[in-house]
Amino acid sequence: MTPALNVEGISVALGGREVLRDVGFSLAPGAFCGLIGANGSGKTTLLRTILGFTAPSAGRVTLGGAVGYVPQKLQLDPDMPIRARDFVELGLNGHRFGFPFPSRARRARVEELLSAVDAKTFADQRIGELSGGQQQRVLIAHALIREPKLLLLDEPLANLDLRAAAEIIALLKRVAAQGVAVLISAHDMNPLLRAMDRIVYLANGRAASGKTQDVVRTEVLSALYGYHIDVIRVHERILVVAGEHGAHGHEHVAAIP
Amino acid sequence: MFEPYMLDAWIVATLVALAAGCAGYFVVLRGAGFAAHALPMAAFPGAALAGLLGIARFYGLAVFALGGVAGLAWLKRAQRPDAATALVLVAMLGLGALFLSLSGQYSNAVYALLFGQILGVGAADLPPAFGIGIGVPVVLLLCFRPLTYSALVPDLAATRGLSGAGLDLLFLGLLAVTSAVALPIAGALLVFTLMVGPAAAARNLVRAPLPALGVSIILALLIAWAALALAYLTGLPSGFFVGTLSAAAYLAARLTRRLSP
Ligand SMILES: Nc1ncnc2c1ncn2[C@@H]1O[C@H](COP(=O)(O)OP(=O)(O)OP(=O)(O)O)[C@@H](O)[C@H]1O
Ligand SMILES: [Mg+2]
Repeated sequence: MTPALNVEGISVALGGREVLRDVGFSLAPGAFCGLIGANGSGKTTLLRTILGFTAPSAGRVTLGGAVGYVPQKLQLDPDMPIRARDFVELGLNGHRFGFPFPSRARRARVEELLSAVDAKTFADQRIGELSGGQQQRVLIAHALIREPKLLLLDEPLANLDLRAAAEIIALLKRVAAQGVAVLISAHDMNPLLRAMDRIVYLANGRAASGKTQDVVRTEVLSALYGYHIDVIRVHERILVVAGEHGAHGHEHVAAIP
Repeated sequence: MFEPYMLDAWIVATLVALAAGCAGYFVVLRGAGFAAHALPMAAFPGAALAGLLGIARFYGLAVFALGGVAGLAWLKRAQRPDAATALVLVAMLGLGALFLSLSGQYSNAVYALLFGQILGVGAADLPPAFGIGIGVPVVLLLCFRPLTYSALVPDLAATRGLSGAGLDLLFLGLLAVTSAVALPIAGALLVFTLMVGPAAAARNLVRAPLPALGVSIILALLIAWAALALAYLTGLPSGFFVGTLSAAAYLAARLTRRLSP
């Protein structure tokens, strides 16, 4: 089976600094993969490189088909005369020139996507007036309408409450079940633990990737960070903590997202 | 006010309102308010220079407005501070005043060009008015989706092969020729209001893109016609009415939205 995404040893330099170094992994169709790392670890940079916005200084990205992208945030004026349904439709024909005649087939397709993401109740509201979770659904419908083989999402759970986050994850799980590879970035892996079957963990500009239980381990993450890391499991949550001896000789514990 | 000699004024006002209502929708959508304000100011000396050289004023206005587009593109790339931009605009106004005083018809012409005087419109203004009144809405409609997409989410539009810079340049070019035709009617200082007022009002009244464009055009037409009639009846400059009616339309629309559930 050809992979939906193959990243081979890419390095990316931004402003003279190497942000990613020799990052490689691959995703099969239907994979649900978390891209985990602290703020500034290079999650957005990696997604932008996969999209082709940023050229890697080394390595190669191969795609198995169309890519859907859900950006980190929408910056929209709440007065914009664009309803949620108009925004979803732009995913289909936003790049087309020509008179914008309405079409029944297109409207039916938009309707289908709106119900797939449970967005029908607010489909006629201005997109700028929607809540973060509602906008997230509309963005996902917008990305899915072209039937991509790979869906990239940049921190879709940031700013969502627990329930909205769980709903988005369930929705993405359904998407993956249809054979779309899903790569979702987050600074906290815990909300994704049950859903994801793969993980790409970024630290120090490098990545560790594989099955979640093979990567989120003391030895693997310590090697990645370059100093001792403890992986602690408490009540189905995973805490990644750095243990170090502070100036006064007693143990410091700092949680790393 | 419907005498035969007023016919040209009615036709030009109608065509200008069609183009301005349509361009204004995208000015507001794309956040190009600054360009809509700056381009007529950049065009202003063109009218005066055309007068000096004895050529039709539309050509002078259009050349200077398109020069303004090049200037804006350069300022954007060079990331010049606002102060430099503001100084350039004031210098353009000063240059226009100089050309007008050289041509010896200073006060009347300055007044008409800065604040608009539609009663001065003549047969020479018809061809460019037809050009933009029909051409600008057609081109903008053909580019309706790409202009919308790249304004809302430039990154996503870029993944589909749309160049934000290319669309910007095309749009500013249309804005420049629209300003060049509208300037004698609405005035260099007030053209901006004919574009932004109706469009900003429209988006408070309707939520969907094409209906908002339609309402913007209708409001621009109503404002232009009312301004022409009022200018005829009172003898005051038409730009004054364009400016105040545009602002009033916007305020009324905001109020309507605030009051409706
Ligand atoms: N255009 C740029 N020029 C120089 N450095 C940049 C640029 N963009 C990002 N960086 C740097 O690259 C690093 C990775 O940034 P990136 O945005 O990919 O991180 P992230 O993991 O997405 O962070 P966050 O969780 O805050 O979104 C950061 O240290 C950032 O300062
Ligand atoms: Mg980021």
